[in-house]
Amino acid sequence: MNGLTRGSAAIVGAAESDIGAVAANMSPLDLMAQGIHRALADCGLKLSDVDGLFCATTQARTSAMSLCEYLRLPSVYTDSTIVGGSSFEVHVAHAQAALEANLCSVAVIAYGSTQRTVGRRQASAREYNPYETPFRPFLPASAYALAASRHMHEFGTTREQLAEVAVAAREWALLNPVAWEKKPLSIDEVLSARPISYPFTVRDCCLITDGGGAIVMVSAERARDLAKPSVYVLGCGQAITHASISSMPDLTVTGAHQSGAAAYRMAQMRESDIDVLALYDAFTINTILFLEDLGFCPKGEGGRFVSGGRIGPKGSLPVNTNGGGLSYCHPGMYGLFLLIEAVRQLRGECGARQVAQAETALVHGNGGVLSAQATVILGTQATL
Amino acid sequence: MANAATSPLGVYLDYLAKGELAYQFSTEANVAIFYPRVICPITGSDNLEWRTSKGIGTVHATTVVSPQKGEPYNIALIDMDEGFRLMSRVEDIPPLDVRIGMRVQFRVHPAEGDEPPYPVFTPTGAA
Repeated sequence: MNGLTRGSAAIVGAAESDIGAVAANMSPLDLMAQGIHRALADCGLKLSDVDGLFCATTQARTSAMSLCEYLRLPSVYTDSTIVGGSSFEVHVAHAQAALEANLCSVAVIAYGSTQRTVGRRQASAREYNPYETPFRPFLPASAYALAASRHMHEFGTTREQLAEVAVAAREWALLNPVAWEKKPLSIDEVLSARPISYPFTVRDCCLITDGGGAIVMVSAERARDLAKPSVYVLGCGQAITHASISSMPDLTVTGAHQSGAAAYRMAQMRESDIDVLALYDAFTINTILFLEDLGFCPKGEGGRFVSGGRIGPKGSLPVNTNGGGLSYCHPGMYGLFLLIEAVRQLRGECGARQVAQAETALVHGNGGVLSAQATVILGTQATL
Repeated sequence: MANAATSPLGVYLDYLAKGELAYQFSTEANVAIFYPRVICPITGSDNLEWRTSKGIGTVHATTVVSPQKGEPYNIALIDMDEGFRLMSRVEDIPPLDVRIGMRVQFRVHPAEGDEPPYPVFTPTGAA
């Protein structure tokens, strides 16, 4: 069941806030506001036009309430659904529904995090789980490492193949002027880096940065009046299979299988119709699992599929062209940045890393420990 | 209706304190349920039966945490023969020697101060 209408809404503005390491005492709300200011400027709309706020951060328990206060928007439609890093892909679907139902006309989706500045523990305190916490898993890394161990066992995936994902992300990052990482990375350097949770070294794990941003969504009708090319929401899907890794139904199959199928169905597309991919790469195994579960290669083949630089700038399938959570930016909940990069690719704004003739993008968000999966398929005017 | 006299976690910990690994069984769905719950997620019924495991399982997945301070240690997911999975660690062997498919035996890590008891495992056949 999917009641949303293909192409009924569009992303018309997109911008990062400050990212990387932000000024002392900057707050998550400051970063949301900065992102909103820039995203509104990107599409030529004003703060007073905004009548829908969608937001999430781990650093404000009631983030929509805080953002309404900050922006003095007392009577807007709000939604602060939080399912981890994929919250923003879920917000796209919710915003599209709200736009279709005339609950709002200009929806902003915002995120902000200062986890690098305040420390990961303070930014995102772990809940006590009596069935896991006593064993001191280093979360989230250990959960993804358990999934990786199973993938290696069942399909012969190697640490070198995991490292290919990190190397491809780094090569893309070197083409992105605002990426955190600035130096080349080799497979050997990934393998010999500091161990975190076997089979992962620190180079298999996402960055720990500050950052935020916003996107602006309006109805397809309203989008036609705006200056820059609009990016249409063609398909959405989500699935939540578990919250803690010990309850994941199958460690080698994620809910991307369901969320992707729903998004393809709504978009009336299949994987061969997609020009550019943005996959939530919190850890190297993610990209492999999502390529499989979204149909780009058979289950178990992901490690071999990414080998030889296939998903890097010189490869045949462009994945995570901004450098990803592994090398560009990862403030804890990375999902908004996937959407920003997809919008820029579809508008042809990506400079040295621009994918030629990009008309469709698949954005896949991941939350928790492979828990909350949300897929959004975006397209240019030509795809409507 | 009177409030429940016990909680799922409370009953589980009481079993552990006696040296037993308990789980729930849904007789209607004919399936083991873990972690313990108030209702069966398959049927929606509150008719869940407590059972105790024989304590034998198989390593399903494994990792080794390398903390910045202190020694590396194991984290594993164990599939118990009764058909439920839990997080634990395998002790008595080097953490990197824990292998998927390894048969393991339950024992209790006793309560220490405020920390309740929890289940850990050793390779079967080990002393």
